[in-house]
Amino acid sequence: MTNAIEVRSIVKKFGDFTAVDGISFAVEEGEIFGLLGPNGAGKSTLIRMLVTLLPPTAGTALVGGFDVMKQSDEVRRAIGVIPQAMTSDLELSVEENLLIYAKLYGVPREKRQKLIPQLLESVELLQWKDKQVKNLSGGMRRRVEIARGLVHEPRVFFLDEPTTGLDPVSRTAVWEMLQRIKSQRNLTVLITTHYMDEADKLCDRIAIVDHGKLVALDSPLTLKASIPGKNLLEASFENAPPDWTTRLATLAFVDKVDGQGHVYRISSSNGPGTTLALMEAAAAAHVTVHSLSVQSTTLDDVFVHYTGHELRDALQEASAMDSPFMLRRPGGR
Amino acid sequence: MSRMWAIVERELRRFRRSPILIVVSMIFPLCQLVILGYAFGGNVKHLKVAVVDQDHGLPAVKIRELAQAASSGARTIDLIDYADEGQAVVDLRNGRVNGVLTIPPEFSRRVLVKNQPRIALIEDNTDTVVANALAGNMTSMLLAYNEPPTAARVPAKATLDVVEVYPYVPYIQYLLPGSIAMSIFMMVMIGGGIIFIDDKARGLHEGYLVTPISKLELIAGFNISGTIKAVLAGFVIMLIGSVIAGVPNPFDPLRILRLVVLIVVTAFALISMMFLLMVRVSDPLMPRAIFGVLNTVLYFPSGAVYPQQGFPPWMQVIAKVDPFTYAVHGFKSLLLKNTGIDAISGDLLYLVAFSVVAMTAATLLFKRTL
Repeated sequence: MTNAIEVRSIVKKFGDFTAVDGISFAVEEGEIFGLLGPNGAGKSTLIRMLVTLLPPTAGTALVGGFDVMKQSDEVRRAIGVIPQAMTSDLELSVEENLLIYAKLYGVPREKRQKLIPQLLESVELLQWKDKQVKNLSGGMRRRVEIARGLVHEPRVFFLDEPTTGLDPVSRTAVWEMLQRIKSQRNLTVLITTHYMDEADKLCDRIAIVDHGKLVALDSPLTLKASIPGKNLLEASFENAPPDWTTRLATLAFVDKVDGQGHVYRISSSNGPGTTLALMEAAAAAHVTVHSLSVQSTTLDDVFVHYTGHELRDALQEASAMDSPFMLRRPGGR
Repeated sequence: MSRMWAIVERELRRFRRSPILIVVSMIFPLCQLVILGYAFGGNVKHLKVAVVDQDHGLPAVKIRELAQAASSGARTIDLIDYADEGQAVVDLRNGRVNGVLTIPPEFSRRVLVKNQPRIALIEDNTDTVVANALAGNMTSMLLAYNEPPTAARVPAKATLDVVEVYPYVPYIQYLLPGSIAMSIFMMVMIGGGIIFIDDKARGLHEGYLVTPISKLELIAGFNISGTIKAVLAGFVIMLIGSVIAGVPNPFDPLRILRLVVLIVVTAFALISMMFLLMVRVSDPLMPRAIFGVLNTVLYFPSGAVYPQQGFPPWMQVIAKVDPFTYAVHGFKSLLLKNTGIDAISGDLLYLVAFSVVAMTAATLLFKRTL
């Protein structure tokens, strides 16, 4: 496996403020790589450096094997970018948006005539191709942008919070399309998102960035295992004896039991172990288990563990994109 | 260069779908042409003049007869008799009359003894146009009064014969060249500058900057598309304006061809200037804020509404570098004098040089990153 993205000690400063502080990581070809972090953590600045929109203050990055500073045009040919803001031309039709970008990338006529309908089919917008983008919903606009970003068949695809602001159905649709397109086109995808469930489900690996530094990097499963988390069992019983709470507290790996009415909430350091012991104890006491659920550590817990709980109300650095008309959604730097 | 044409194509496709933009950018110069043309173009008429005759002699009657003739002929003045000069002056100060013509008691006697006979015109000099018109009218009246009853067979005094090279040019025609330049400027600002900065603020330029397009291709694409839009505006106003202003033979193909050359060069100069001003701007309020200032600084010193010879020296310096000056001069030559390209070659040369300098500077200042 070769690396599609290699980031080496990259730094970005805006005056005295360090937005990205010496981050290094590598993304393998064909990976979906998630970049998570609180608002203002430096995610968007990092992406903007990788897509040649911002020059790094120090360090280097190779994208598609090309240096973002020294070979920026080669990098631009190798990447597709979906910025945080909705940047489609509202007055143009869906197809025209793709056509203009195909021309901007110098895609030959025969190729673009074949590729554009294919991409519109992939994002399920073929029947809307002649409609002006201003008449489409937010989710559909996002799909236009995804198709637009792929119109020159890039090898690496950058998406900066592509699902923020979309309803749950549109969000799911966008992610499913991304997964399908990624598998069809052998893309490497780098994505930032605030939705942990999505990152958990779709990303092969996740990097958590905070205060401009990389604080964790691994697969979602390993990241979840890495934190000292507790499982929570919720159970309800029939025929439970009066001392049932006390007896539950003696089960293996149990830290604490809260019994309220018929529902018992059991904190455990080992969910599967406690579940087994619970079932055995219930059978021995002739207690019927009416319902039982075991909740494991989520990526939300991982996120909070690494980035803390405090609100990030820091002032955003002014940039060329900050303006009264900017269609910026609440989100990262 | 195909990338540059992609920018042009995008801009023009958007432009085609924004008919309101096209209409708005043409309404202002047309309104200005019609309103200013008719507001300033006419001669002042029906100025109220109070006549205070304190003499009542024959010479005074002759003066009043001449004034009456002016009143019933060109209708520049309407006469109102006053017995009391004091009341007449009060009415002048209150704006009820525009001037007071006083024939003093000694007038007839002084005429007879040839001792500097005088009449007085008391005028409201807060309105110079009205005051000048009244003074001119009264001076002409006195010239007629002073004419001997029988003219000499061979005039002894020198006279001036004025020969006009061109047919009479009403003020609305005089304004038309400025209105064409204004329509080009309006489209440059609305269809070029404001849209450019709004797109930048909305993040659309981010989309361009991540493609392999070069700085020159990007700037040239914006310039060419802006020029095409502005040429369209200038061309339409040139045709409609010529008809409204009554320019003789407005559809002469050869003259239209020359005008199109000048419209293209003017549009390119103004769009290059606009990009130079906007290249580092990211706040959408900025082009809106400087719109009015630029309009005033470019339009009025250009000679579009008043001859530049009447400007103070500092304003003549602005006029010298103002691309409007050369555009307006060129349009005047072609529209009012029907000259050939030779007569406007200096204007074309300046506008081309201005465009090259502005576009080079804009390209150098353009940042390929955010």
